[in-house]
Amino acid sequence: MAEASTIEVRVNEQLTQLPRRTTLHAIRNQFKPHADLTILNGFPVAADAAVANGDEVILIRRGEIPSPDELEALLVARHSPGVHERLKRSTVGIAGCGGLGSNVAISLARSGVGKLILVDFDLVEPSNLNRQQYFVDQIGLPKVEALAANLGRINPYVDLVLYPLRLTKSAVSQVFDHCAVVVECFDDPAGKAELAFAMRRELPAIPLVAVSGIAGYGPASTITSKRVLGNHFLVGDSVSAAMPGRGLMAPRVSLAAGHQANLVLRLLLGAISEHEGQ
Amino acid sequence: MQILVNGDSVEVASGLSLLALLERIGKPSAHVAVEYNGDILERDGFAAVTLRENDRLEIVHFVGGG
Repeated sequence: MAEASTIEVRVNEQLTQLPRRTTLHAIRNQFKPHADLTILNGFPVAADAAVANGDEVILIRRGEIPSPDELEALLVARHSPGVHERLKRSTVGIAGCGGLGSNVAISLARSGVGKLILVDFDLVEPSNLNRQQYFVDQIGLPKVEALAANLGRINPYVDLVLYPLRLTKSAVSQVFDHCAVVVECFDDPAGKAELAFAMRRELPAIPLVAVSGIAGYGPASTITSKRVLGNHFLVGDSVSAAMPGRGLMAPRVSLAAGHQANLVLRLLLGAISEHEGQ
Repeated sequence: MQILVNGDSVEVASGLSLLALLERIGKPSAHVAVEYNGDILERDGFAAVTLRENDRLEIVHFVGGG
């Protein structure tokens, strides 16, 4: 068979047929001559370079507000190639929207996860603002509503389902039934243990990414993640309970939330095999 | 007798209940999730489990903060 005379390249998310041996600068000149940022397969490239079949090219003019149909592609332009479609199809449950949950939700929305189920019974309070991703003008709002508003300002293409309620053991299977992964972001240790139990009992095929031991300002490197209970993961140092004299501080809480969000991406992208530690 | 707790071999008195073991190792029963020989256990059932030689326990202990 003769070699094809064209290649398929995604240019600002549009699948485009281009002549073989085309280059980045030729594409820029054809599609967006005033672009001052060219991203090839998730990485900015200044020099001209050959483009191959299957490549993804994003052209951005700094300061320009893109059209709505271009925006979603541009939001994920720095992702590793091939990641966006898989994340976009995924649903993740977030149990608790406090310090952990609000940080995890923001990371996952920035990553382009398609759908988030947000569960929290509480309202935003002044004492939350030391570590939770809310603002002074949101004090008094239900956390799920405040978080939905903040996520919408970051990535309006994430589908959000809000449950402003206290999650009981019996509701777990209904609320998280369609999730690929659930993230445990509660404060109370009894609630954490109950959710782990309910997930193993009711939804044993769905991984849970839970947390234990994140209070204070101990070393960042003692926060680790390990596999427990089959397909569950546990993030934290296992010992640093929040207690009188040891509060919850933004850095360690967001470190743990970063571990959780990264584990979620690894699970969604199939980067963790069934029996691997993580 | 020997049982396995989180992969480690542990010597316990025969006839010990799971609830008594948790008390002995200082883990509040409300703050743990436990798999007993591969099955997740309801907390109300901890007292009724009498540990036997070579039982496998996985105990996940949660401390507060989030």
